[in-house]
Amino acid sequence: MEYAQGFSRDYPAKPADVYLFATCLVDQFAPDAGLDTIRLLEREGITVHFPQAQTCCGQPAYSSGYPDQARAVARQQLDIFPEPWPIVVPSGSCGAMLRHDYPKLFAADPVLAPKARALAERVFELTEFLVHVVGFAHDDSGAPCTIALHTSCHARREMGCHETSAALLAGLTQVKVTGQARIEECCGFGGTFSMRFPDISEAIVSDKVDSLRATGAERVVSADCGCLLNILGRAAKLDEIAGRSEATLPGEHIATFLWRRTGGEPS
Amino acid sequence: MSQPIRIHAARDFKERSLAALNDPAQRKNFRGAMDFLQMKRRAQFGDKDELTTLRDLGEAIRRYALANLPELLEQLERNLTANGIQVHWAETADEANAIALGIARRVDARLIAKGKSMVSEEVGFNHAMEAGGLETLETDMGEYIVQLAGEAPSHIIMPAIHKTKQQIAALFAEKIPGVAYSEDVDTLIRIGRQVLRRKFAEAGIGLSGVNFAVAETGTLFLVENEGNGRMCTTVPKVHIAITGIEKVVARLEHVPPLNSLLPRSATGQAVTTYLNLISSPRKPGELDGPEEVHLILVDNGRTQAYGDLQLRATLQCIRCGACMNHCPVYARIGGHAYGTTYPGPIGAIISPHLRGLEATYPLSFASTLCGACVEVCPVRIPIVDLLVRLRNEAQAREGSADATLRGSGAARTTLVSTIWNGWALIYSRLRMYRITSWFMSRGRAQSPVEQGAWTRSRTPLTPAPKRLRDLIKETNQ
Repeated sequence: MEYAQGFSRDYPAKPADVYLFATCLVDQFAPDAGLDTIRLLEREGITVHFPQAQTCCGQPAYSSGYPDQARAVARQQLDIFPEPWPIVVPSGSCGAMLRHDYPKLFAADPVLAPKARALAERVFELTEFLVHVVGFAHDDSGAPCTIALHTSCHARREMGCHETSAALLAGLTQVKVTGQARIEECCGFGGTFSMRFPDISEAIVSDKVDSLRATGAERVVSADCGCLLNILGRAAKLDEIAGRSEATLPGEHIATFLWRRTGGEPS
Repeated sequence: MSQPIRIHAARDFKERSLAALNDPAQRKNFRGAMDFLQMKRRAQFGDKDELTTLRDLGEAIRRYALANLPELLEQLERNLTANGIQVHWAETADEANAIALGIARRVDARLIAKGKSMVSEEVGFNHAMEAGGLETLETDMGEYIVQLAGEAPSHIIMPAIHKTKQQIAALFAEKIPGVAYSEDVDTLIRIGRQVLRRKFAEAGIGLSGVNFAVAETGTLFLVENEGNGRMCTTVPKVHIAITGIEKVVARLEHVPPLNSLLPRSATGQAVTTYLNLISSPRKPGELDGPEEVHLILVDNGRTQAYGDLQLRATLQCIRCGACMNHCPVYARIGGHAYGTTYPGPIGAIISPHLRGLEATYPLSFASTLCGACVEVCPVRIPIVDLLVRLRNEAQAREGSADATLRGSGAARTTLVSTIWNGWALIYSRLRMYRITSWFMSRGRAQSPVEQGAWTRSRTPLTPAPKRLRDLIKETNQ
């Protein structure tokens, strides 16, 4: 974990091929974010390979205190990226798991530790990859709009991706990204934390929804599906309780937003 | 390690945190105070390069001290003794209190004036002294308020942060004879100071904490803002300092960088109002100062953390409180909900060593692992990694290699272990994952509307009609 020490790393030249590690949440709950990630990359002339053997990074068990179970799942991901291509992950949180926690998880294993370290070196969060490797530059063809950006804690503090997400949005001329109270504060998801301590989690996410709504933004955009499911789920529940039929706080993955704004056909 | 304790630890924490969440006035206090402290800290560290350099230095100094802890403690004892300061070792809280009581009885003290000391809270000092027939008086304004109210500190730096000025005004009017209700903060402070000032002269013993104990010179370094620390360590005939064994630093030159980090991280002050360097009792010919100075060095479980190379980082802490000031959980439930002397992230990682995991394991789970604490920690304690490690320990099978701490396994339940074993089975076998997720997608219309804790606060999670892996297959065909 680098934590505010700067996130400088060496970036490769734009490759011809990349792997996509889509994450289990995108696979099962937000496949559009995965498809739009592929479209964004292929438009740049990059061939995207999706290993069908991928499942989950193992973070749920890892952060819940079940390292053996996390290792069993993580172990399955170590061998599915045989070529030396970059591995792009449309999630700061799962990306941080592969990049920072895999080497720790396998540290005591003489065979798997070097494997985990080598894999970690090739992992890039999507917005990081678009900014630093691809040099993403496309004209904004959408109508003027105001949005709010939510960056996950892992993206922000372990991957430094709040800056790359913000940079991509800043490149969209018709999009205004609003300021936001306590932008750096967690949304209260925390994986199984939201189930173990539902009341505390609700208190945190309710405040997050309040501060996002207070921006007047028409939608919230994030590079992490976990946070989005939490924030949008809470906002929708509050709409439901208040008897509102229209979503007062819609939102989407940044890949989908970028693709739509820069001329791509919607999924 | 018995079943009832396990159940109570989790239930009690839940009950206390729920009560805190349902107290809007207190939540407003904490939120406002935390926002203010975050802003003050940010203003102090405008220069990111300077902050990085200082944190590097602070971390290195603390790690060096811990790497050489046994030698440094011996050196500290030698040099303190040479300076005329008497050193006492306490393995447990009871031992620490017994040492203080022994001194009090020998010098026939009846009143102990206390400067702020979290270690004294940790060992239950006031209670033990009162049981021994002594009176204790907290002289730090926040601690005084908390003592008057019969409460415990809710923050390690700002003990009465949970109280509004209205509550303090009512407390003073009720508890201090002849005081009229006033919400004026300056008036309230003046009232408190008048009470305290009279008492310093009466106290036979002054108690203080220690921020850093310098091994090289045998010096006790103490920071404070109210001058009460100076009073407690100079006015009474006997000064007793109490601190944890981890507070030692090797050299005097190690203090300035740490002292640059401490107040700036804690309260956003460039420096505290008072810096005390205590190097001896009153010397012949000197007009003031205590006749005796004692240092009680407390273990109380710290050696458990010290004995494990990963958990040892817990002891790097310089008790600034920045971790709690930036914690989204602490900001909402406040300090008392934790039920431990040290609340917030540092409380979650130090308390298991002081009190065992049976009583404290819920704290390591009561975090989103957002890392805000790690980002601000002036000595770079990897708090998130330590929380994860404690979660592992709390659920480790008895007798397994992962169970190394007092109370390991206290949170383990067959149900939860079985769930995670099942989860690992699905996600580590591609065929199982394919089948399970296929059924989830196909059965999305039958997805449960009630999804436990999730749907109490959020709309249900519904799988997409087609998985990404299917959509990609279709596109490629």
